[in-house]
Amino acid sequence: MAPDELVKDSRIQNDAVATGTAGNPEYAVQLKGIVKRFPGVLANDGIDLDIKRGEIHCLLGENGAGKTTLMRILYGLYSQDEGKIFLNGTPVNISSPREALAQHIGMVHQHFRLVPTLSVEENIILGLDEGTGPFLNLRRVRAKIRKIAKTYGLSVDPGAKVWQLSVGQRQRVEIIKALYREADILIMDEPTSVLTPQEVDQLFTTLRTLVTDGLTIILITHKLDEVMRVSDRVTVLRKGKVVNTLETSRVDKPSLARSMVGRDVVFRLEKSPIERGEEILEVEELGAEDDRGLPAISEVTFDVYGGEILGVAGVSGNGQRELEESLTGLRRATSGKICLNKKDITNLSARAIADAGVAHVPAQRISMGIVPNMSIRENLILKQYRHPPFAKGLRIDYKAAGRHAQSAVQDYQIAAPSVDTRAKLLSGGNIQRLILARELSGSPYLIVAAHPTYGLDVGATEQIRQVLLNQRESGAGILLISEDLGEIMTLSDRIMVMFAGEVMGIIPSEDARLGEIGLMMAGTRHEKD
Amino acid sequence: MKRIERLALLKVEKRPVPSGHVILSVSILAILAALVVVAIFFASYGTSPFRAYGAIIKGAFGSWQGFSETLRRMIPLLLCGVGLTVAFRALFWNIGADGQLLFGAIAATWVALFSGLHGPVVIPMMFLAGFAAGALWGVIPAVLKVKMRINDVITTLMMNYIAMYIVLYLIHGPWKGPSVRGYPLTDIFSPAAQLPTIGNTHVHWPTLLLGLFLALAAYIMLNRSKSGFEIQVVGENPHAARFAGISELKTTVTAMLTSGGLAGLAGVGEVAGVHLRLFDPNQISMGYGYTAIIVAWLARKNPLAVIVTSFFFGVLMAGGDVIKVNLGLPFQLINMFNGVIMFFLIGSEIFMRYRITLRRK
Repeated sequence: MAPDELVKDSRIQNDAVATGTAGNPEYAVQLKGIVKRFPGVLANDGIDLDIKRGEIHCLLGENGAGKTTLMRILYGLYSQDEGKIFLNGTPVNISSPREALAQHIGMVHQHFRLVPTLSVEENIILGLDEGTGPFLNLRRVRAKIRKIAKTYGLSVDPGAKVWQLSVGQRQRVEIIKALYREADILIMDEPTSVLTPQEVDQLFTTLRTLVTDGLTIILITHKLDEVMRVSDRVTVLRKGKVVNTLETSRVDKPSLARSMVGRDVVFRLEKSPIERGEEILEVEELGAEDDRGLPAISEVTFDVYGGEILGVAGVSGNGQRELEESLTGLRRATSGKICLNKKDITNLSARAIADAGVAHVPAQRISMGIVPNMSIRENLILKQYRHPPFAKGLRIDYKAAGRHAQSAVQDYQIAAPSVDTRAKLLSGGNIQRLILARELSGSPYLIVAAHPTYGLDVGATEQIRQVLLNQRESGAGILLISEDLGEIMTLSDRIMVMFAGEVMGIIPSEDARLGEIGLMMAGTRHEKD
Repeated sequence: MKRIERLALLKVEKRPVPSGHVILSVSILAILAALVVVAIFFASYGTSPFRAYGAIIKGAFGSWQGFSETLRRMIPLLLCGVGLTVAFRALFWNIGADGQLLFGAIAATWVALFSGLHGPVVIPMMFLAGFAAGALWGVIPAVLKVKMRINDVITTLMMNYIAMYIVLYLIHGPWKGPSVRGYPLTDIFSPAAQLPTIGNTHVHWPTLLLGLFLALAAYIMLNRSKSGFEIQVVGENPHAARFAGISELKTTVTAMLTSGGLAGLAGVGEVAGVHLRLFDPNQISMGYGYTAIIVAWLARKNPLAVIVTSFFFGVLMAGGDVIKVNLGLPFQLINMFNGVIMFFLIGSEIFMRYRITLRRK
């Protein structure tokens, strides 16, 4: 072949690649020019993505960056408005998960898709035709599950009912489910958000084994640490576009954070030393029951001062939820006393406590903090609708609510097409911004914030922590319940540790050492010197 | 592989928020689909569906007499339907409008025959008493639901039968009229307790005007008032309502006072405007309370849209009489129409929540 012909030939090929008419068989997955529009939102804006065979590829981005949408397109849950998908260089049309599975693509969703009342093996073969005629061949199924479990260290009892399993075990079932269907491309959507640190370690070991065996893994995440720990390459998405794709070994956290958020990120917040003010909250020997009527907290005694953040640390399920709810009037205190500004507010209604100046950022932000089907405008007045300027006699002044919403959207940087957008269409970070905007609007004395940055991206986390620090500076008392020890250590002035519904001790954060807090979280009482 | 490709001809995708014209066109398509299905039944009776539908339309619009029958049917459907939109917004499944209507009729009958009132106060008192009685009958299941978590569908439905048997007891027993020669009827109301009608028809226009006015009032209440806001929050997310300090009991009771009360007003209209006495409960209500569920559902819980949907079902009910008389077809065909349309309406909800398209080749 003459040299110029060669050039021409390669140019043709390049053109073909560039215009998206051909795929490159080098890659397990290629997405070209993917566009996906939702009403008022451009979720994916011309995304190109190449995934190599046998790699762990992280999709990094803030909430609402379009990661999950993109992967749902690949998995056939959505269809793209524009763009093409290539698997091993061949163009494919995937319009349902069933087709994705036929192409050996599996997905483990953030919220698991398991039937709790069925057994593990029944869940795994759900929708498959296993056996002869109407009869199942469970023995063969069980053998296959055992083999997968053994190979990849995914220990789980095939006969156990799913409702009996821990979250980590359920995730293993989801992974086995995908492997059982012979997936060789595995999409994992925020797999670590529900796991304990130990379970995360175990998961990452499994993922490593899987890629050594030739699988390709796409991992959706917004956690920089995970990207650094487990991935081979990383693609950063922002506002529906690819920012860049990089080898993980050649990047560092700050530069990843910058490309993800689009600006520099402060990893250490500035917390100014301020004088603490008057005692705002005084809790004496508080006791409350859980939903089943069993004692959940007992003899909880502490106080919170103005201009102070009291961090509540502890493994989840040690009474934090009951504490949060009994302080805010959502749960009856069975014993003890709660005083706000020296006034007894024990067992007042949620409304009376809110009116007394207690703001509540609830742990269950979607199921309790907002009304998903109502607009931002309406959600922002969820508590204040009875007061002027929103209430005019029996009527609600929605124009005033609209003006209020406009300024809240600006002040708290809530990203939304308009104030009439339904809250359910917002990303997690924006929902939390909305809740903060509402709860902090009345300059509260006390803020009860439960897991305020749980599951949020870097940008939102940073902003929300800063908002809490600002409230502290303006004199509010803050009770910060969090499982994120880093967050507790950074923000708190004092740290209270809970175990089995009791207070293990309260220590000033400058004296706090992680090891000591860890011991208290495991049930060792802090000895006062 | 073959099977997979066949399945994939349809593409199903979630729609985040259905737009207004999607809702409207899906609703109209549901009605059209129901019309087609019922047409098959007309055909099976040997009647051309075109002739049958023609007869219905001609019957309902062809003459002033026919049109007045449409309006007469529309009145109770409008009042009950508007009330149901309020209950449904609070996520209270009020299947009991029929019983609430009967209670309104009972209270109105008491005012008319046994209260000893005379003159121009009688009619207003009948409406007030009817509202109160319907509201009371509606509030009982509301309290049972919020306080004791008793299923609202079952209580409201069962209370319809209780109301029906109370009416039967009254007309067979203590309220049986001295002048009716042993029939299970009350005496006829005195002229002061009779609603004026348009000309020689059964269209008791004061109730119609009241219904139109209350549709507007309910719309304003739901969309502009504090109670409406509370009803919406409780209906959409009871947890958020608790969190915001909105009382589920107070809100649900408000919704059911309105819903039951409006059905009670419909009952007043039926006895004071059409029958002029209390008698067979099945003829007083004619299933208005049940049909109103479809009326409210088709209106997508919008009280103003109930004006249109109640008129539509008025046409069908009036048309039902016509096909019975003129074509010799059973009236039940119209009841079946109600069932079929509800079936398609509920079935069509998937088209509002999901976009379903043919696969691109």
